[in-house]
Amino acid sequence: MKRNEYDVIIVGGGITGAGTARDCAMRGLKVLLIERHDIATGATGRNHGLLHSGARYAVTDQESANECIRENMILRRIASHCVDETDGFFITLPEDDLNYQAKFVESCLAAGIPAEIVDPKDALRMEPSLNPELIGAVKVPDGSVDPFRLCAANMVDAKLHGAQVLLYTEVTGFIKNGDRIVGVKTYNHQTHKSGEYYAHITVNAAGIWGQHIADLAGVKIGMFPAKGALLIFAHRVNGIVINRCRKPANADILVPGDTVCIIGTTSTKIPFEECDGVRVTPEEVNLLVEEGAKLAPALASTRILRAYAGVRPLVSADNDPSGRNISRGIVCLDHEQRDGLKGFITITGGKLMTYRLMAEMATDMVCRKLSIDKACETAEIPLPGAGVQSFREVAEKIWENPTTVQKAVAGRLGTGAARVQAADSLDQSLICECEEVSVGEINSAIERLDVSGLTDLRRRTRVGMGTCQGELCGCRAAGLLAKAHGCTDRAREDLKEFMTERWKGMYPIGWGDALREAEYTQWVYKHVLGV
Amino acid sequence: MKLQEYTASAHNFEECMKCTICTAYCPVVPVNPRYPGPKQAGPDGERLRLKDPYFFNQALKYCLNCKRCEVVCPSGVKVADIIQSARMKYGNEQPRLRDRMLASTDFMGSVARPFAPLVNGVTGLGITKTVLDATFAIDRHRTFPKYSGRSFERWLKRRSKEQAKFDKQVAYFHGCYVNYNYPQLGKDFVKVMNALGIGVQLLEKEKCCGVALIANGMYKKATKNAEHNVVALQKAVDAGLTVLTTSSTCTMTMREEYPELLKVDNAGVRDSILLATRYIWQLLESGAATLKFKENYRARIAYHTPCHLERLGWGIFSTELLKMIPGVEFTMLDSNCCGISGTYGFKKENYEASQAIGKPLFDQIKSVNPDFVACDCETCKWQLEMSTGYTVKHPISILAEAIED
Repeated sequence: MKRNEYDVIIVGGGITGAGTARDCAMRGLKVLLIERHDIATGATGRNHGLLHSGARYAVTDQESANECIRENMILRRIASHCVDETDGFFITLPEDDLNYQAKFVESCLAAGIPAEIVDPKDALRMEPSLNPELIGAVKVPDGSVDPFRLCAANMVDAKLHGAQVLLYTEVTGFIKNGDRIVGVKTYNHQTHKSGEYYAHITVNAAGIWGQHIADLAGVKIGMFPAKGALLIFAHRVNGIVINRCRKPANADILVPGDTVCIIGTTSTKIPFEECDGVRVTPEEVNLLVEEGAKLAPALASTRILRAYAGVRPLVSADNDPSGRNISRGIVCLDHEQRDGLKGFITITGGKLMTYRLMAEMATDMVCRKLSIDKACETAEIPLPGAGVQSFREVAEKIWENPTTVQKAVAGRLGTGAARVQAADSLDQSLICECEEVSVGEINSAIERLDVSGLTDLRRRTRVGMGTCQGELCGCRAAGLLAKAHGCTDRAREDLKEFMTERWKGMYPIGWGDALREAEYTQWVYKHVLGV
Repeated sequence: MKLQEYTASAHNFEECMKCTICTAYCPVVPVNPRYPGPKQAGPDGERLRLKDPYFFNQALKYCLNCKRCEVVCPSGVKVADIIQSARMKYGNEQPRLRDRMLASTDFMGSVARPFAPLVNGVTGLGITKTVLDATFAIDRHRTFPKYSGRSFERWLKRRSKEQAKFDKQVAYFHGCYVNYNYPQLGKDFVKVMNALGIGVQLLEKEKCCGVALIANGMYKKATKNAEHNVVALQKAVDAGLTVLTTSSTCTMTMREEYPELLKVDNAGVRDSILLATRYIWQLLESGAATLKFKENYRARIAYHTPCHLERLGWGIFSTELLKMIPGVEFTMLDSNCCGISGTYGFKKENYEASQAIGKPLFDQIKSVNPDFVACDCETCKWQLEMSTGYTVKHPISILAEAIED
């Protein structure tokens, strides 16, 4: 096999692509993954980070619900360092129909989801941030999952199994041989070079952009781009996921994720052309705060860090304009059967937390086509860093008396924290003070995790994701990157982009303390640092 | 409900802009590398602790609770309260016997007082200091404050009839130090008040304000004391009395720590608790009363502002009062924590940090070379006397010696 020939090319570096790359590589295939930006830049990094129990879909979609609870239990095992086992409540408010609760619990149990009715008073004791007016609560095994970490861990493991990854490389066209796709044409946005890569099978795992990839291949997929907006609050208001016990609607999930909590989402149909530059509108912010405060009244006065929006990669099935009733189910298309185009498959739909199953389905199809008989092992073999259930255990296994920064890195990298340099006080000194990210962790990310800029670094370490939104850490991290890449000009440009991107998320919620912070940040950068 | 009208949630730490001025002004940061500093220990740490209590860091015990972080914070974040609250909520270190001894200022006082000459003799001995150092980790350099044979309470009770003769009355929260260790300050206070035409009453029964209990992790006892004191203070306030104090730390504790830290409601009494110097300065300044000073009084005084007095923002009353005394040559010392912070500096593990924190202040006092130092805080007094050799007097005592008998 030549240098640029592979068994399989995967287009898309989100969680689906990363998971598929890992699965294919674990089954012994020669894998190339191509991503036009960085990992987790699409829907993967733009959702709630909710580890669904499946309860949300139990009443309307038993199949999705059942997928969720099975994958939920698998991820707790194989990605323990990415998962926070918080549990979840489905609460009924006075304006909701309490009769729905019985139907809800029944449907959960039918889908295999443990659901337990809890007395509202007990629920309030367990989660004091709940709206005290609640009239019903059901406890389910929801959780939160860090999408960036999960994606990076899959990517790392794929590479450990021999896969190659090309970031900032866009697929510009396909190479065909009659009715068969035999390769892809690419353009690298960093080196500005074009390339050609060959494979027996190409997997389209580009999420919502899969429609465009299919177009390039000459087949049609009708995507249903549904924008969802979310708000990040500056600290954890709740320790347990809070949902509304009613038919899924807007802004009815509050997820505690890492140091923050996230309220979402909205659902608005948008034209495909707008998928690349979605922005959060004032109306969406209002709706999220209003509805969010019904779940947890503290949200009415808690500082908001930023707003963001993602686009769900749904495949349209009917004419429903809201996109809510489209199945969140997995769609795996064999274009040979569907369109007579050989060597090309599309994996889409699904959810962040069913990525592993999606990857398994896609890989099974790839293997069938390549006549490879090897069973999927991704449900059993833990991802790098996983295996030890609590980060406390991880930290205390590695260090005798873990410092705050060591506890934090153990929480992020799991057992992988042992690899982070912490030998001297420089390694242990802080780059990001809000999220406790050390020089050692940054350097280790730059070395091992394909980091080309600050924004990439943020996705892998949480640098700049804290309260100050890059005010203190941006410049320090840029210094380390400049050192690693040997180029200060590039780092300066990068810092500008990074801060602009931080500001983009703060702009829709630019009031109160967030605005004060932004003003102060601007002052620091302009007048103290002179950038 | 007005949505997002105020972004200041119940969690005041969110107002932190990460400017880090608190850490720049923290006296512990430059001398103890194990202390993460007020920003990290306070607002930053709180966010992590809300994620998982495992993020609680035992190094928070190095906080002096001097409150200088709160004084400098431009965003009004109650940094020290966040740190102390975290210690209360997440800290699991039980106070050692030593900490209990140091914290129980009123219990120790009432036990030691009847045997004062013996106790004073023994605690002053080199061998005792060596034993305390070795067995209790109370630093050998420290000398315990002497106990008085007769409590201030008893002294004043005997004079209650003559005090009652004055038309105007105030109540006095004397604190443990005046009661057990240094009744002379209380007597000086009564002398000054009487000279102003005001009689002094005791509270029905006061207990230790609780500051040492808080510092040593005895929160339940501190809360009990606070609840007791608020009732006693309320009785005085209901009787139309202002409650004066001579200890800046007791004052700060009763006014600020009761509601913020111990969650004991003091709304009914808070505004009636005043430091004596503030009350007297206002009387003199408004012309409502006058004091007759000795004509030949001469003193070169250097004034040190205790940290808790800076937190109250009332240092100005003590200094202006001293400047009113004819014959006083006044020097204002730079704002600098003396390092003792109550029981903190007594602990062996803190001795070096304690002295390093105070060093610039000690050096300045020596270079000013005053007749004596003035200060409103008893523990600053121990620290400065031990570390500089200069006598430290309370502004009220200075007033008492400067007015005609």
